[in-house]
Amino acid sequence: MKVGFLHSLIRKDEKFLIAELRKRDDMEVVFLDDRKLVLDPGCAPEVDIVLERSINHSRAMHALRLFEGAGTLCVNTYEVARRCGDKILTAASLRECGVPQPEVRVAFTPESALLAIEELGYPAVLKPAVGSWGRLLSKINDRDAAETVLEHKSILGSYHHSIFFVQQYVEKDGRDIRAFVVGDECVAAIYRSSEHWITNTARGGRATNCPVTVPLAEMALRAADAVGGGVLAVDLFETADGLLVNEVNYTMEFRNSIDVTGVNIPERLVSYLADAARP
Amino acid sequence: MSECPVCAGEVEISPDPVEGELLECEECGVELEILTLDPLTLGEAPEAEEDWGE
Repeated sequence: MKVGFLHSLIRKDEKFLIAELRKRDDMEVVFLDDRKLVLDPGCAPEVDIVLERSINHSRAMHALRLFEGAGTLCVNTYEVARRCGDKILTAASLRECGVPQPEVRVAFTPESALLAIEELGYPAVLKPAVGSWGRLLSKINDRDAAETVLEHKSILGSYHHSIFFVQQYVEKDGRDIRAFVVGDECVAAIYRSSEHWITNTARGGRATNCPVTVPLAEMALRAADAVGGGVLAVDLFETADGLLVNEVNYTMEFRNSIDVTGVNIPERLVSYLADAARP
Repeated sequence: MSECPVCAGEVEISPDPVEGELLECEECGVELEILTLDPLTLGEAPEAEEDWGE
């Protein structure tokens, strides 16, 4: 089986996956560097399946669309990438499937964004619709901060930053949960702990094992199903009223989670890939 | 080992290198990318872009 490995930079996560793929006698890795691709819509790469591991959301999404349009099976799918890569579309998908999430508002001007923030109450969190690793998140504590950040975004940011995604701030007592979903199973989970309100491991959050309880697995799978399913990392908040789904990531990073969970996540992912490609 | 194109320090290469692999020079801290395998050449890794992530 030829596995098209869609990538740009190869990080530790990708190295783990490549090592797993190369352990299998029936799998051959065909590298598809998104920086070198010239895509002709309708022409499929000569592979049996594509594993998307591109660090660029825009390139990943468009490449997946063209690959699928040419009849190539992809993990994850274009539709999943589209929904997960844009927090507004993720929130809409979760909402449509009744998956609990923090309250969100979307606005298109600084004036309406201010109203949105005040409707949710302070503090609120302003996030770019597209972005990751906790970058450019703003915790808006009061009206002064709201006016300042909104003005800066409008004047200094690209058009993209004038699509305002506002989320209710959830007090999470220094940690949140990342659950790893592979197909129809939640295979592992970690707590991400930090003194900072942003707990992403890319921002220094510490990863420790989180037991995969039935409620956690059920919520992670509901979130995964809501965006189309596949191989996904679901970020959740623990609240007095139960779990809330914060985000769903479609090019999941797991390098800090293998040792602490004791679960060989890349092996599980490659097994899923093999099953998906089987006729 | 290979030479860092920025500080000329020694950079350790993994036993199974691949093109595009991200490395860090332990001497100057710069992020590097393996550009070619044969011969093995290193270049500075691109800066993170706005839509990078998971």
